[in-house]
Amino acid sequence: MLGKLSLSAIPLHDAIIMGAVYGSLVLAVIIIALLTWFRKWSFLWNEWLTSLDHKKIGIMYMILASIMLLRGFSDAMLMRSQQALAAGANPGFLQPPHFDQIFGSHGTIMIVFVLMPFLVGLMNIIIPQQIGARDVAFPLMNSISLGLTIAGAFLVMISLGVGQFTTAGWSGIAPLFEKQFNPSTGVDYWMWAIQISGVGSTLTAINFLVTIIKMRAPGLTFMRLPLFVWTALTTNVLIVLSFPVLTAALFLLTLDRYLGMHFYTNDLGGNMMLWNNLFWMWGHPEVYILILPAFGVFSEVVATFSRKKLFGYKSLVYATVAIMFLSFTVWLHHFFTMGNTPAVNVFFSITTMLIAIPTGVKVYDWLFTMYRGRITFSVPMYWTMGFLTIFVLGGMTGVLLSIPPADFVFHNSVFLIAHFHNMLIPGALFGYFAGIQYWFPKAYGFRLDEKWGKRAFWGWFIGFLLAFIPLYILGFMGMPRRLSHYYNLEWQPLLIVALAGAVMILFGILCLIIQFIVSIKNRKANVDVTGDPWNGRTLEWATSSPPAEYNFAIIPNVHTLDEFWDRKERGIAYQRPEKYHDIRMPKNRPHGVIICALALTFGFAMVWYIWWLAALSIAGIIGTVIISAVTNETEYVIPAHEVQRIEEERFRALAAAQDSGNI
Amino acid sequence: MKKHNSYALLKTFSLFFSAFILAGCSEMVVFQPKGPVARDEALLIATAFGLMLIVVIPVLVMAIGFAIRYRASNEKAAYRPNWANSIKIELVVWLVPVVIVAVLSYLTWTGTFRLDPYKPIPAEAEPLRVEVVSLDWNWLFIYPDYNIATVNELVLPAHTPLDFRLTSATVMTSFYVPQLGSQMYAMAGMQTQLHLLADHTGTFDGQNREFSGNGYATMHFKAIVKTPEQFQVWVHNARQSPETLSMAAYKALSEPNSNHPVTVYSPVVAGLFDDIVGQFTGWMGADETMKSRMQPQEKMHN
Repeated sequence: MLGKLSLSAIPLHDAIIMGAVYGSLVLAVIIIALLTWFRKWSFLWNEWLTSLDHKKIGIMYMILASIMLLRGFSDAMLMRSQQALAAGANPGFLQPPHFDQIFGSHGTIMIVFVLMPFLVGLMNIIIPQQIGARDVAFPLMNSISLGLTIAGAFLVMISLGVGQFTTAGWSGIAPLFEKQFNPSTGVDYWMWAIQISGVGSTLTAINFLVTIIKMRAPGLTFMRLPLFVWTALTTNVLIVLSFPVLTAALFLLTLDRYLGMHFYTNDLGGNMMLWNNLFWMWGHPEVYILILPAFGVFSEVVATFSRKKLFGYKSLVYATVAIMFLSFTVWLHHFFTMGNTPAVNVFFSITTMLIAIPTGVKVYDWLFTMYRGRITFSVPMYWTMGFLTIFVLGGMTGVLLSIPPADFVFHNSVFLIAHFHNMLIPGALFGYFAGIQYWFPKAYGFRLDEKWGKRAFWGWFIGFLLAFIPLYILGFMGMPRRLSHYYNLEWQPLLIVALAGAVMILFGILCLIIQFIVSIKNRKANVDVTGDPWNGRTLEWATSSPPAEYNFAIIPNVHTLDEFWDRKERGIAYQRPEKYHDIRMPKNRPHGVIICALALTFGFAMVWYIWWLAALSIAGIIGTVIISAVTNETEYVIPAHEVQRIEEERFRALAAAQDSGNI
Repeated sequence: MKKHNSYALLKTFSLFFSAFILAGCSEMVVFQPKGPVARDEALLIATAFGLMLIVVIPVLVMAIGFAIRYRASNEKAAYRPNWANSIKIELVVWLVPVVIVAVLSYLTWTGTFRLDPYKPIPAEAEPLRVEVVSLDWNWLFIYPDYNIATVNELVLPAHTPLDFRLTSATVMTSFYVPQLGSQMYAMAGMQTQLHLLADHTGTFDGQNREFSGNGYATMHFKAIVKTPEQFQVWVHNARQSPETLSMAAYKALSEPNSNHPVTVYSPVVAGLFDDIVGQFTGWMGADETMKSRMQPQEKMHN
């Protein structure tokens, strides 16, 4: 009846795991109790969970990413502590099977359930507003994507307390992840969590591709798109083309593990390198999926805070598109050491180096945007400066790793770890932090506290250098990655420095949390009445903060790049339209929540071989999709007089702000 | 001729650079090569590093310089809000990276062919053949020319080309002795090759670089490089070893275990390496009866 599931699946004997389990449970109980006490269940259901408003869906993605960041970072702290201790005779506090789960869950969570939701969340909040649209192309699908992502994240969290997580790394190490070597539930949790959320990501990308291509405001030609929209467009192309490869590769692994087939096994014609090829055909574009939109954020931030046009807009667009194409031609550099011919290695090496050219151009274009500008150092600009200074180091070590004979030395060493953290922390995460700080007033209507924001930045900036420069040096000292214990005592001092770096990052995270609390407390003082707190350049700043549900009462006509800046220059930024019209908006629908619950059930049932439940939940998902498709009444009308009432209120607020000199 | 000169110049520069790093940290094994492969790789790394500084240093200088000069409070600095295009600057920022990547590509192209791990290393001495098998979680080294095998210790003669064949009896691993250079995957049912040479004697750390499960952290070994004469003495002693590596002994050894004590075996059951590769390659897979040295082997390389 319950497949492999029994009470013995709960690791009651392990103090560290059970501590985390009880912690999560207590937190869940507190949240449920608070919701019940304040009678907020129907509010949560009507205003958030079933809402198809892209801004609210975006905020829910951000909340998911923030929570998972805490989980992923706890994993990092455990690994850093273990490696700082476990030298020579000291075994540390984590035994290999536990340590091995932690590096797998750290990677999986940070890539799939932190960076991806941050990226999709930002796109959701900003893209429709930047292109002058009222919502995304498929609002219900958007909600379903969110549901699938949350289901995947839940599955990873459940693996903490019921069964275990994979010991075969976040990237799946073939053939170690085969049933022969890894019979427990760990690999299945990993596989289904990525598979389910991956389907969500594919749907998201289809949604945003259609949104960006079909729903741009009149006059907003491609060469007038803000850079964030351009980078989002290329990222979505990458997702649409690369995620199906991951889906197929994971499906083959499913066949191996569930039906005894031999795609990646040692014997019967299986080949572990097939997995490596397929995985990195997704995995390398995935890096650019995460980094490109962050480049978009930096482009917006650097122009706004330099109070200057973006330097070399066309160059930046072409560079972005070039990176998009090139990112599909480099996957083999993840396994130069498999014994292929030098000719093959050279090809993939040079394609990899080519990516450095457009990336270098971008960096210079941002620098020349600052040149002869009037730079205000607000928090988003801090993150951008942090990125510009550290990212080049990662670019340099990346090119170094792309040289096959150098990779023969550094492959699978902690040098590689330092390199890709150098790409993903300053390159992607700093970008999303900059984006959060920059667009927070737009999403919530008040600014974030500057003082704590800057403290958080310094925590992350110094912490990053302290944590990862030692790993670069340790790479030269020959330290392999993923070691739960080591005998070379010369590595220990640097690993202790790296732990200190992780503690600095913890300080940065605490400052971020304090920043949110302080800002919410002082929200009256930091309120953004104009909707344009940074003297912005692009269309999203033309709406109120937070925007009305329909974003734009009248869809704007776009005449130039930096349309809103242009309107402010010409003094027509805040004009009353002659007439308002009825606006049709999507109704709330519960299908996203239902599919989230069913997908989670399906994943859990598959992990534990509860076949009847798996069949039932997959039938439920199909049924829900069919029902959602045959519903006719999916929109409701906001009448023109109601639109007028909302807009008049905004103009009154604007006038008041003008009188008090806020504009 | 001129090209050759500039390359020599680069070499001198990168030597200085690596010497600079060496002085700072004496444990940097990458910059303490004990063979031509590792030395060439270290040099390539240092050269590429130096070349890339041409792009990186201006970025750092400009980032900090522009941030200070064009801060909002500095009213004296020029302010050109609508200046956003300059063909000259665009040319420079596209062309400089293009040139550097072109130079790096040239270095990579020549370096990759020169340092192809499958290419035998020319030397006067006869090459020594070593067959490397990764087990859960120990290293087995077979010397087919001497009918010797060792576990978790690799004894090598200096100044002799080393001709490794690698495979795995279990999951994928990566064989690497940092001070000799070039790691190489070992994969079940396949054989890979690696050619190295040691020109210094000494004891060097060897390791597995590909995570392989529970005992991964223990999967390291010592590579002991002796003079050719000392090596012959070692061979002579090793052949007197009381331990023999029969099929049964191999089976026991290949059961999952960690930190197997260093052991020398002689003699070794004939064709063991090929049998280990062959056990995965037959149509019926791991079927014992199909295991034969006559089976064709899959080769990654031709």
